[in-house]
Amino acid sequence: MFSNPDLLHFIFGRLSLDSFPFLHDPIILVTLLGVVVGGIAVVGGISYFRLWGYLWREWITSIDHKKIGIMYIILAIIMLLRGFADALMMRAQQAIAFNGAEGFLPPHHYDQIFTAHGVIMIFFVAMPLVTGLMNFVVPLQIGARDVAFPFLNNFSFWMTTCGAALIMASLFVGEFAMTGWLAYPPLSDIVYSPGVGVDYYIWALQIAGVGTLLSGVNLIVTIVKMRAPGMSMMKMPVFTWTSLCTNILIVAAFPVLTAVLVLLGLDRYADTNFFTNDLGGNAMMYINLIWIWGHPEVYILILPAFGVFSEVVSTFCRKRLFGYSSMVYATVVITILSYIVWLHHFFTMGSGASVNAFFGITTMIISIPTGAKVFNWLFTMYKGRISFDVPMLWTIGFMLTFVIGGMTGVMLAVPPADFVLHNSLFLIAHFHNVIIGGVVFGMFAGIVYWFPKAFGFKLDEFWGKMSFWLWTIGFYFAFMPLYVLGLMGVTRRMSQFDDPSLQIWFIIAAFGALLIAGGIGSFIMSIVVAVIKRDKLRDETGDPWGGRTLEWSTSSPPPAYNFAFTPVVHELDAWDDMKKRGFVRPTSGFLDIHMPKNTGAGFILAAISLVLGFALVWHIWWLVAASFIVLIVGAIAHTFNYDRDYHIPASEVVATEEERTALLAKQQA
Amino acid sequence: MANTTASQTEAPVFYLKEEHHPETGTMLGFWIYLMSDCLIFAILFATYAVLGQNYAAGPSPADLFDLELVAINTSMLLFSSITYGFAMLAMEKGSIKGTQIWLAITGLFGVAFVGLEIYEFHHLWSLGATPMRSGFLSAFYTLVATHGLHVTFGIIWLVTLMVQVAQRGLIVENKRRLMCLSMFWHFLDVIWIGVFSVVYLLGVLG
Amino acid sequence: MLSKLVRGVALTSMFSLLAGCNLVVIDPSGDIASQQADLIIVSTILMLLIIVPVMALTVFFAWKYRQGNKDAEYDPEWHHSTKLEVVIWSAPLVIIIALGAITWVTTHTLDPYRPLDRIDAERPLPKDHEPMVIEVVSLDWKWLFLYPEQGIATVNELAAPVDTPIQFKITSSGIMNSFFIPALAGQIYSMAGMETKLHAVINEEGVFDGFSGNYSGEGFSHMRFKFHGLSQDGFDAWVDNVKADENLLGRSQYLELEKPSIKEPVRYFSSVDPELYNAILNMCVDQSKMCMNEMMHIDENGGGGLAGINNVMSLTYDVPQMRGSQQLPESKSYVATLCTAPEGGLAGELANLPLFDNEQVSRAMSVAPSGVSTGF
Repeated sequence: MFSNPDLLHFIFGRLSLDSFPFLHDPIILVTLLGVVVGGIAVVGGISYFRLWGYLWREWITSIDHKKIGIMYIILAIIMLLRGFADALMMRAQQAIAFNGAEGFLPPHHYDQIFTAHGVIMIFFVAMPLVTGLMNFVVPLQIGARDVAFPFLNNFSFWMTTCGAALIMASLFVGEFAMTGWLAYPPLSDIVYSPGVGVDYYIWALQIAGVGTLLSGVNLIVTIVKMRAPGMSMMKMPVFTWTSLCTNILIVAAFPVLTAVLVLLGLDRYADTNFFTNDLGGNAMMYINLIWIWGHPEVYILILPAFGVFSEVVSTFCRKRLFGYSSMVYATVVITILSYIVWLHHFFTMGSGASVNAFFGITTMIISIPTGAKVFNWLFTMYKGRISFDVPMLWTIGFMLTFVIGGMTGVMLAVPPADFVLHNSLFLIAHFHNVIIGGVVFGMFAGIVYWFPKAFGFKLDEFWGKMSFWLWTIGFYFAFMPLYVLGLMGVTRRMSQFDDPSLQIWFIIAAFGALLIAGGIGSFIMSIVVAVIKRDKLRDETGDPWGGRTLEWSTSSPPPAYNFAFTPVVHELDAWDDMKKRGFVRPTSGFLDIHMPKNTGAGFILAAISLVLGFALVWHIWWLVAASFIVLIVGAIAHTFNYDRDYHIPASEVVATEEERTALLAKQQA
Repeated sequence: MANTTASQTEAPVFYLKEEHHPETGTMLGFWIYLMSDCLIFAILFATYAVLGQNYAAGPSPADLFDLELVAINTSMLLFSSITYGFAMLAMEKGSIKGTQIWLAITGLFGVAFVGLEIYEFHHLWSLGATPMRSGFLSAFYTLVATHGLHVTFGIIWLVTLMVQVAQRGLIVENKRRLMCLSMFWHFLDVIWIGVFSVVYLLGVLG
Repeated sequence: MLSKLVRGVALTSMFSLLAGCNLVVIDPSGDIASQQADLIIVSTILMLLIIVPVMALTVFFAWKYRQGNKDAEYDPEWHHSTKLEVVIWSAPLVIIIALGAITWVTTHTLDPYRPLDRIDAERPLPKDHEPMVIEVVSLDWKWLFLYPEQGIATVNELAAPVDTPIQFKITSSGIMNSFFIPALAGQIYSMAGMETKLHAVINEEGVFDGFSGNYSGEGFSHMRFKFHGLSQDGFDAWVDNVKADENLLGRSQYLELEKPSIKEPVRYFSSVDPELYNAILNMCVDQSKMCMNEMMHIDENGGGGLAGINNVMSLTYDVPQMRGSQQLPESKSYVATLCTAPEGGLAGELANLPLFDNEQVSRAMSVAPSGVSTGF
């Protein structure tokens, strides 16, 4: 590695002036200018209002699960904008690149965009949304004061963020992978992808993966060990159940991703032969391994959404959830089955008929518990009193949309049918149908539902409904044409087309994407308008929707300690039970509360990991060595800090709780 | 609780009047982490199973491995597990000195293990049997070196804990940490038995 | 309501549009693809049996039990019904059992590796029929088709007589692609050093689209070819046409052809080195490289021993430059053909392998042990 005597090469590794694409690409230059201007505005604003100290103390170093949950969701929304900008560019390119026109994106750029779109949407939008929601809600739902390992929680968040930062860096420094979001070798091997793109991919996912794995461990332990007294497993809210299953899936799936990316990295960095064509490598092994992670990943995303719908549907139908135990069993069955279906992602690789048929049938079997869940939500509506608040709209939109995705999914699970639909736009339409119709709708329902808990006021309803309608209609416009195109034999990841009869469908799809852009804009508007009108939208009861689970029993936003006294649970839907049986909120007898202390260690360690990742991408070996050593020393130094908790004095608790008593009294008067 | 269910008419207890102390989840959490680590090894074993015969017309295990050396190496790790057990016994008795001595011995065995492994790698490398040579060698080096790196980190952790025990004694936190490291150390032992049987024994004799 | 209206309008306009477009996957021209299309339709109908009632009930319940409708029954405690639970688990179960049975059977009958047993629904084939063999190689970014029976080869154009069973043998020069002619049959991956198979038959004359179904890099969008379904006479004429110009495809021509290129025009080769496909499949067209089958044979016999360690050469691909990258990878190695055969019976066996001749040995010896780079 040090054979090159050039000092510059030693200092900067592969980094050179040529590595900055904005010097010759106007699209990236404009983006960069936008980011710079926006960045200056944000930094200037923070400095002007002297918010750096506040941000550091109250957010960056916070180990409060509620704040970390909120930060995850902010990260997800920012990355959604990036990922969606990629989607718009792809839709525009495919709508115009006909009859020999090259469009505005040459393959070199287009191929990066669809790869980045997939990676960002899954790892840095869907995952942070899911993790953020679980982080915020689960401890409140089980009556706990925080998660089991608050420091790790903070560290996990910053690792995820640094992974996202590394991907964003690839936009301006170097390039991103041009391999598709799963980076199949041999295309992703050093021979065929010698640039830095795949290295960015590997290290961004490895850094974020550490965060995801630790947060999975954290939430499992939280749910298993920290439930309020009386809350047996079968009295846990459904969202907590789905969170538990999701985190079990995370812990059982993400190490596979870590391992397989290590092997790919070794092939690229150390010339090993795991997935190479020559010298005894086997690329099919990569495809198997990555999908052993990849399929459970799908359920990691969808299960929490199922949990949200369960909470929302019973709250807004003012009725107990139908078939709680079958809902739980369905969740557990899905969790287990999700491990024995991975091969359905590559029926076309030439496995034997019996192997293909086995995996096809196991895939279909998953639709049975999923179907049972849909029926359970349906019969929760039966004999209910349904109010169509925004979360409920998302739920109904989900039920109507998701079943279509389920149907096309079962079609794809029939191997001979998959032979003609595999890798086509039909497949693209299918998985967007379940991810948008399931995960995204679920996360929006969850955000709107729990927003008043987090901030003490509801989101604006008009813009919320606009967002729902634009998203839903936009979804149908954007993806129904792709089903048709798939049946016309159009394959995915194409940047230019010959057949002019296809163009109209791509134009319709591009129009749908614009509607979805309106949906995203409306969602942001619903937050902006709500902040402006917050006094009007304020909820002082802590229970704006007539909720049924414990998080609605405390104030909005909840105090740092969540519950002044640990609740005792007797029934499923504990808060509903408390309201029915005449629970009186305690107003005296408060004690000191034992809480974990904030720490900057998580942020610092993650930032060093980011530097390490960047140095690895660019082969800046001295920086790799330096940051690795600093990382290890820093982690060790952190373990010498034994002063990790403190007590909130009873007097402070009294003050907080009396304030709330006064508010509630004013409400009743 | 019994009387709350007995009479439904009066409002039951809905909150605890005293501070609630859920039991600590550190051991469970660390156990779950170890299981996830175990999965990484499972993938590496699977990789070795798939690529283990792909010699690319190069050397095979029978050509390369020296079972005697590996047997010595294995015994180092097995002894270190036993001595770690003694350290834990000393910790239970509250003997700081005993704990430290046994930890130090454990660490020395660990260093011997890693040293022998480096020697083995160096020897193979000098023959030209590098990880770049074949799928089999890639899988072999990665599996064994991943285990070796774990042991190395275990040694660094062990030294850190010895310093911390020296500084603060056998306080609750340190005991908990020692128990976590104990799980980690025994876990690595179990993994190594897998490596020894699958890679070395089956490779040379099978 | 609004959304339903919009959706209604959208759907009707879509159907009118659909009438004008070619849904090749649903309406193909080959027997295998037709059976696959039937399967899509059958599974759709089976799923609709459950999807339609669910969607209808969702809308109906949402409307009936809306908050404003005080006439509707309200029972906040109703949350369990064993009968209903049995129904909601067993209804999907029944459908999946039906679909599962269909899946098991059709996955076996439509297995791409299975020789055909019929030309179409009316015309069964005798068990011992010999299919026409076409060898398919995916290159960066074009397709090479070899016709061993005719002794010809083509680039980016494929032809076959109608109602003739075809066996495709498929491999790749490097990157994984997917060989797909929607009108003919489902796709299958092409992978380097491996052979996949596809059996199919085309039942109608015509020109159909074929392409790669799996993304393979920069030139992927243009990795397309036309598949001509011809009458037997038409096919013979086509073969004669291919043979018209003297144009040989041997190892050196292949190595030239293998270099990455985009939008490669159709090319004909009137004669082909009969060993070429096997050499491509075993990744040893460059005769200094050891063939995969040879290597696997050695590996099965316990590897090349310590003597085999240094039998590698480093090789610099020119692929990366073609892919728009400034930097070259440091270097990759491959196994060279054996210069000194290991002792024992193996040596004799190796010497008898068809692709292992003396000229090769001497060439390998001259470059073998050290890191000499042999650019293509």
